[in-house]
Parts: sequence; C-alpha cells; structure tokens
Amino acid sequence: MKPLLETRGVTKRFGAVVAAEKVNVQVREGEVVGIIGANGAGKTTFVNIITGYVKPTSGRVLFDGQDITGLPPRKVIRKGICRSFQIPQLFPDLTVEENLLVACTLLNRPFGKLLRPFHDGKFIERVEEALEKFHIKDYRHEPAGTLPQGVKKLLDIAMAMMGKTRLILLDEPTSGVAIDEKFPLMDTIVRSVGRNGTTTIFIEHDMEVVEHYAERVIAFYDGKVIADGETSRVLRNEDVVSFITGSIPTARREPADADS
Amino acid sequence: MRRKDRTYPILVGLFLLFSGAVFFTPRWFSFLLTVAVARSLVVLGVVLLMRAGLVSFGQGFFYCIGGYVAGFSSNAFGVTDAGAVVILAALGAVVAGAIVGLLLCNYRDIFFAMLTLALSMILYSVIVKNPALGGSDGFNVPPPTILGISPEAVDPRVSLPLFTFAVAFLLYALAHRYFLSGFGYAGLALRMNEIRLEYLSLSARALVFLKYILAGVLASVGGALIAYISGHVDPELAYWTTSGEFVFIALLGGTGHVLAPLAGGVVFEVIRSYAFDLAPSLWQMVLGVILLLMIIFMPEGLWSLTERFLERKRDEAAP
Repeated sequence: MKPLLETRGVTKRFGAVVAAEKVNVQVREGEVVGIIGANGAGKTTFVNIITGYVKPTSGRVLFDGQDITGLPPRKVIRKGICRSFQIPQLFPDLTVEENLLVACTLLNRPFGKLLRPFHDGKFIERVEEALEKFHIKDYRHEPAGTLPQGVKKLLDIAMAMMGKTRLILLDEPTSGVAIDEKFPLMDTIVRSVGRNGTTTIFIEHDMEVVEHYAERVIAFYDGKVIADGETSRVLRNEDVVSFITGSIPTARREPADADS
Repeated sequence: MRRKDRTYPILVGLFLLFSGAVFFTPRWFSFLLTVAVARSLVVLGVVLLMRAGLVSFGQGFFYCIGGYVAGFSSNAFGVTDAGAVVILAALGAVVAGAIVGLLLCNYRDIFFAMLTLALSMILYSVIVKNPALGGSDGFNVPPPTILGISPEAVDPRVSLPLFTFAVAFLLYALAHRYFLSGFGYAGLALRMNEIRLEYLSLSARALVFLKYILAGVLASVGGALIAYISGHVDPELAYWTTSGEFVFIALLGGTGHVLAPLAGGVVFEVIRSYAFDLAPSLWQMVLGVILLLMIIFMPEGLWSLTERFLERKRDEAAP
C-alpha cells in the first residue's frame, strides 16, 4: 500500500549541528506512531520539516504521493497535515470558543471569503462538537491565556483538528502536565483524534504513554533513526535502551479510567 | 454570552444627531465637529491596524494623498464633485498602498512603524521640493459641488458637514462589519500569535497587506474631506507630527470598538481648541499631560469607560 507520509533521505544541518540525517520514514494511513528520543535528537526538527516550518538541507517529503518539500506551513496545512505544539500556540486574549472559531474559520474558508461574518452558524456547530469531544466545554468563555496547562494542550490540539485533517503531528502532548493527568489527557486526545481515522504521529518522553498508545515507534538519536517498528520490539531494542530509555519496560501501568 | 450588537442603530442615531448640530449649534462648533469626524476616519484606519498589532506612524502618507487628490482633481482636472473625488481618493490609496504594501507586509513592530513614517516623510519632502505640487505653501481647494449640488445653491458650510458625516458614518458601518468578519478576528489573532496563524493556513503577510491598504483608504478619504473642509492643502498633511496625532487620538479613544476613534477624535478636537484658546503657548503641554494620564490610568482608552459601564449594568441586572 502507498504510504500516506514518506520522507526520503531528509537531512537538516544548522551550521555544524546535524538535526536530521538521511531520515527515511514511511507512515501508512491510520497508523498511530510514537516518536522517542533524547532532547536534541531531532524529533521536533522532524515535525518542523514535515510541516514546512523548516526547510530540509536535502531530501524530500512526500504526502499522499505529492512532493511537499519546502512548502510553507500554510500550504502544507491545506493538504491535510496539521500539528500541535510543545508549548501550546493559542490566541491568549480570545476565549476558548473564539480560539476554536478562528481555527475553524481560517482552515475551512478561503482568504477571499473571510469577509463573511465571523460568528457563522455552520462553524459554531463544529466548535460545539470540538468543545464536547475534547472535554473543554466548561472553559468556553475563558481567555485561553488563563487556562490550566492540560486544557491549553487540549485546546491546541482541538484547534489543529478543525480542518480536514488526514495526518496530525503532536509535539509532546503530555509535557508540562501532571503525571496523574497524562493518561486521561492522552485518552481524550486519542479518542477524539482516532475517531476520524486520522493518522497520528506523536512525540513523547513518557515511555508508559508511548507503550500504551503507540502501535509503532520510531526512535531518534543524534538526528538519525536508530529503530523503527512495532512498539514493544523497539522499546526492547538494545540501542534504544542504552541511548534513550535507560531501561526495558517492565510493569505496565493501567491507564486511567476511560470515562474520566 | 455576546451582548446584543446595537452599533448600527447607534451609528444612524449619531449621524442624525451630528447632522442636527449643523443647524442648531454655532458655526464654530459644527466646523470643529466636521473636522473631528473627518480626521477620526484616519484614526479608524490606525485602530484597524492596531487591532492587528501594527502601529503606523505614517498615516499622513495617505492623508496627504487624499488631500492632494482632492486639490488636483478640482484645480487641474476639473473634477469638482466631492462624491467622485472621495472615490478617486480611495482608489489613489489602493494603488499607493498596494505598491508600498508589498514592502511593508514583511515588517512588524518598530520596523513597520518606522517604515510607514519614512514613507510619509519621503512624500513630504517630494512635495516641499516640488513647485509643481505647490511646494511648501500648498494651494487652495475651492468648495466642491456635492453630488451635483453646487456651492452657490446650498451653503457649503451646511452641505459639506452633512456630506462628511454621511461618508464617515457609512465607512464606520462598513468598518464595524469588517471588525465582525473573519478578517477582523484574523487581525486580533495576528496580534496575538502569528505562528499559529500560519499554521491555520492563513498568510500573515497577505493579511497585513490587506489591512494596510484598508487603513490607507480610510486615511485618504479623511484627507480628501479635510481638504474641502479647510479649503487648503499643504505638505504638512504628510508631516510626521500629523501622523503622530492620529496615533495619539487612537490611544485616547481606544481600539475596543469602531466608535472608539470617533469618541477620541471629538474629545481631542475639543481639548485642543480649548487648550489653544486658554493657553496658547502651552497647549501642546496640555495634550502631553493628557496622554500621560491616559496611558497611566486608562490604557484601553476612553472606550473602556463604556465597557466598565456596561459591565456594571450587567452586574446589577444579575446579582
């Protein structure tokens, strides 16, 4: 089957630093892929290259067979790729509802038609759905800048998902969130994202989270892919253990109650 | 929990009120009001940019273009109808804005502000050094016909204010509609987080380009109206202190609503007239002190008073 996303020999150098070296990755439609690696291993650079925020020094990125190398983010987004951010990128003075409405309007309406009223019934309905799906309804009238970290993360992802998304890249969705909130947060994310069959790639440091949610793991070290495959195999890979995780996963923690 | 929007009826009400003032208040007052309203259009453009996080210290550029379009239309090309000239002034701003906007849309913050200022100063020097453009003295602009009504038929001291109010309030209504559109909110979003905006598939540069032109159109129309109201144009229209004044009024009024620049414009004109009258040598100091106090005690501008008032009323309604 043709992969949805493919990188061919993607390399990125920042001066002497090699942030990505000949990265070859293929992701099929509907997969849930975890990306692991120490700080500075090139995980975020990988996401930045795919979404066009950073241009690769060499190599190509293909999405659904189309070459999208070097396209600016706004054009990549139009193809159906979206991303969330390690530090949530919100509009802090707008309310949660308005943040979603801005996202929905901009992602679904061409530039020339932005003169239409912002509070459009069709979009308000979709915002309503998103508020429900991501469990952030209680915060709808609060300015995004004042939200708790976990809610900011959810809002950030909810905003990214307002378009016609086929692939979502989540950059450390649980970072900065209290340990006991990580699983409920991931449950909410995976359920609302996965419901549409959206292909998901997420960067994560917490191996319990990775083990529980990823079907497949790609491990980065020093800008290179050192392991790629089924989750439990990668997490037991010798290089992965010695360079990244430091231990072989043993006890598996049960996720928090799915209904919470 | 959005409040019911009564802006359009308020605009109609204000238009009627201001028009009534032309007949029932002393000449000096209706003149002051007309000047304030025409200039507040320029401020509306400044506010439009400010809402998107951009400060223009060079709206004099467009203000001057509008004024000179009015002047040359009647003096050199025989186009003497104010209605036609307002449209010409707007077109002139679109053309000029589209050219320099290509450069400006790449800049933000202080660089954007300084570039706009530089452009207005270039225009200023070009006019000052060029006798064909009237040089530093400028030239007079005869009273226009207004939608076919000649100044002999109806006293321009009556027809011109009415025309100014009609044009201004129409533009205010359009601007309000714009603020409530996708573009309006995209502007707020641009101010708060440009990276996110790009990731929502919007080109920030295209948005800045568009907003710069729209602000330019407002300034240019304001300039054309002022040319008729004062009967004179000179390069001072493009001078940086003129542009600075518009920013001053924008701060005075606030950016929270389309009516804020109007409130700021009227209050500014009243303060300036009285300060000039009571303390001819100190009026600039009076304005300076007022700006100082505004920034300290009311950084959101005069408009924030109405917000506070509405909030209190809502609190009383729902204890």
